[in-house]
Amino acid sequence: MNDDCDLLVVGGGPAGLAAATEAAALGIATVLVDEQATPGGQIYRAVERARAPSIERALGASYQEGAALVARFRESKCDYRPGHKVWQIDPDGRVFVSDGERASVIAARQVIVAIGALERPVPIPGWTLPGVMSIGAAQVLLKASGLVPREDVWIAGSGPLVWLFAAQLAAVGARPAGVLDTAPPGARWAALRHFAGAWTGREWLKRGLAYRQQVFGAGIPVITGVEAVEAMGDGRIAHVRYRVAGSWRDAAAAGLLLHEGVIPNVHMAMSCGVAHEWDARQGCLRARRDAFGRTNIERIAIAGDCAGILGAEAAALQGRVAAFGAARALGRLDEAAARGRARPLHDALSRQESFRGFLDTLFPPHPTLLAPSDDVVICRCESVTAGTIRAAVRTGSLGANQVKAFTRCGMGPCQGRTCGTVLMATIAQARGVSPADVEPIRVRPPLKPITLGELASLAQSEVDG
Amino acid sequence: MFRRLDETGAAVTVYVEGEAVTVRAGDTAAAAALLAGLGHTRLSPVDGSPRAPYCMIGTCFECLLVIDGVGSRQGCLVEVREGMRIERQKGARVVP
Repeated sequence: MNDDCDLLVVGGGPAGLAAATEAAALGIATVLVDEQATPGGQIYRAVERARAPSIERALGASYQEGAALVARFRESKCDYRPGHKVWQIDPDGRVFVSDGERASVIAARQVIVAIGALERPVPIPGWTLPGVMSIGAAQVLLKASGLVPREDVWIAGSGPLVWLFAAQLAAVGARPAGVLDTAPPGARWAALRHFAGAWTGREWLKRGLAYRQQVFGAGIPVITGVEAVEAMGDGRIAHVRYRVAGSWRDAAAAGLLLHEGVIPNVHMAMSCGVAHEWDARQGCLRARRDAFGRTNIERIAIAGDCAGILGAEAAALQGRVAAFGAARALGRLDEAAARGRARPLHDALSRQESFRGFLDTLFPPHPTLLAPSDDVVICRCESVTAGTIRAAVRTGSLGANQVKAFTRCGMGPCQGRTCGTVLMATIAQARGVSPADVEPIRVRPPLKPITLGELASLAQSEVDG
Repeated sequence: MFRRLDETGAAVTVYVEGEAVTVRAGDTAAAAALLAGLGHTRLSPVDGSPRAPYCMIGTCFECLLVIDGVGSRQGCLVEVREGMRIERQKGARVVP
């Protein structure tokens, strides 16, 4: 099945859903492809699923907001294709997808990439041991399956999700072993410089304080000022070690959940030539784009957290703005109409941006995360350590692609999605330059593994016309 | 490492390393493996080290499983079906 459309939206999270809903309302023939089986992305994962009232309450009001977004999308005329992975995206707007059995090509006049964020990798000693997962992963299991971690599982990290998830566990009566708070104490004072941002986000801050109080109130142990965390065990995690004020402590652990903020998933946009730059404040790559999400590639626009972390609310706003941008490019709205419709959304977005400055300073990426010690694995797929990468830099590999060629870092099935930013930062540190001066990994299709059978089905359908 | 709080949804029987496990419609194969207490779900083809699901959002590829005989499936992106066979992937994928 090969077909064409005016607008193809990739990703079913807040940005993608809002973009597709808005575009369809403008009469644009819109297709939305999403890897997941149901709409909502990770933030509103399984939001339509029926669940026990106690869990529904624990997931909270901000999660429930996703239900309205999904409902509006369901009512729209958008052609929704869940369970479709995108494995190639071309600058001319041709997007190659597969449902796991059959591949097809969609030729789109405009494409909006809205594939969201991923959690910042947390390369600590022992993070490849079974039983060590990200907090986001555990939260997906709570949203999608109603699972909670057992009593001997530790939570460690910094960032809003740490407290949101711990509070959700408290609300459903789950009692993890404790929270290891890795936020550097000095950050709170530095964040005061962003007073305007804090004021803008005061409702959110109030919510954040309430999460903390819920965790303390439930009697979940909280250890602050944690400087380092390590997972230990033979074949799976058995202990967690952590350092407070220079001294190490040890605790039994059946699991360890890590989180140090989120970063944009730049993989797909990088693969089709969208220009990216290093964002020093967030310690990650981000796409270069205009106020409508339009990039250096005429047919490809970008919206939501995959273009820079601003959160779910901002993602939905950006999605709508990108839909107006696409409408302008398709000749459905003139310049003045597109700008007029986008204006109130742009105002709301600039408030979100001001608050994000405050949040980023409050929860900065820990320096050791971007430059782990020599014995720590950076590339999980190919088991490449930071030491191996530094050795490659010493022998003259100055960019990520050279290091990749010599060490296989970023050459496994995840294609550098997980290790890419840490690789760039580690090379930068070894060279004594900024990560902005390090060439990133070149991304090539297929972006997802596909079988020869899937590929062959594409050829057959092209023959059939 | 995890326990189920919510029994809402239709029961589905899958076979994790040959053992029957009751899960719920909408669960993923990776979730079923975690619920079954499988420990590791694959052995790294590079150094043989044991690995298990890490990100659950389709990014890290640590949850590669053999599902109904097909290797290198991302277990966190595959929803369970009645009778599904879920097995560890040991080393590199075997091409039949």
